[in-house]
Amino acid sequence: MTELIKVGMADWKIASSGGVLKTTGLGSCVGLTLYDGAAMIAGMAHIMLPSSEIAREEQFNRAKYADTALPDMLDAILAAGASRRRLVAKLAGGAQMFAFAGQDTMRIGPRNVETCKMMLASLDIPLIAEDTGANYGRTIELDSATGVLTIRSIQYGTKEL
Amino acid sequence: MSLWNEFKDEFKLDVLKEVGNIGAGHAATALSRILNHPVDMSVPTVSLVPFEEIADRVGGAEQVVIAVFLRVEGDAPGNMFFIIREDSAKRLLRNLLSIDTEDGAYSDMELSALNEIGNILAGSYLSSLADFTKLAMTPTVPSLAIDMAGAILSYGLLQFGQMGDAALLIETKFLEDRDTVEGQFFLIPDPESFEKIFRALGVPGS
Repeated sequence: MTELIKVGMADWKIASSGGVLKTTGLGSCVGLTLYDGAAMIAGMAHIMLPSSEIAREEQFNRAKYADTALPDMLDAILAAGASRRRLVAKLAGGAQMFAFAGQDTMRIGPRNVETCKMMLASLDIPLIAEDTGANYGRTIELDSATGVLTIRSIQYGTKEL
Repeated sequence: MSLWNEFKDEFKLDVLKEVGNIGAGHAATALSRILNHPVDMSVPTVSLVPFEEIADRVGGAEQVVIAVFLRVEGDAPGNMFFIIREDSAKRLLRNLLSIDTEDGAYSDMELSALNEIGNILAGSYLSSLADFTKLAMTPTVPSLAIDMAGAILSYGLLQFGQMGDAALLIETKFLEDRDTVEGQFFLIPDPESFEKIFRALGVPGS
């Protein structure tokens, strides 16, 4: 039986040896995954906001922001035995659930996606697949045995990346 | 963080419950007129809910819900959700438009009607609250989504996201026959709005 590891909102987890990472109900939040296929080690982050520069709290949760969650998860996945050269990334989520014109907070989904892409580019990790944007929620699962990212939504059912 | 300490104060929590009571009371009356049958209302709950648990309030992150979302603008900005279950939505549509919907499928007309119902209810909630507090509170144009509860509700948490990992929400349930939930109202004032609400209502020390 495969081990299912739940990744909460503003959280990240690492899985290996066939463990499956899952996060539910991504709206404007982004699911960012890293994977090393040879070592079969996977990481998944459920990111809520783009940049920790906007944090108004002193002791903030680093897993909440794209610019802090990705470096932390990268350190952890490398420590778990993944190779930096083999790492590939996939992205899902970042939807705009409600349409309002001209409201900055309401564009948070696309901004989350943009920041993740910038971070990945600066860390030189290739983004090999994405299912981002639009206006619907997604639940995602990453299988550490295969690297397949399964995306489920209410309107469009299941698809694999 | 001073904001979180506020909510250890029973008196302030009671004030926020009253806010929910007044707003939802008027909205429940409006809903019972639309439905043409009595709608009861639960005692509002005010709680500091960790982000992780917020979707549990409506049946879990993957539960499909129909949600009308509006942003509250004015003196005390915030986010508001009116959430109805699918069977209640169908009954609303039947009473209002005499149409029977098929499972999971909604026409533009039906969606527009649901959106308008959310608009009316949120409007009556906010206008009674604005009258009571003398604060200007106006809803934006409503937006409707039928999707996973987690994906929808997380949208209302973004303003709180910059401050911590929990949001304060004022929740009222609409009930039919005492136990069947008809719908739910969530008012999530922005963190900065609480002081203004307390001051407007004359809470000492604010």
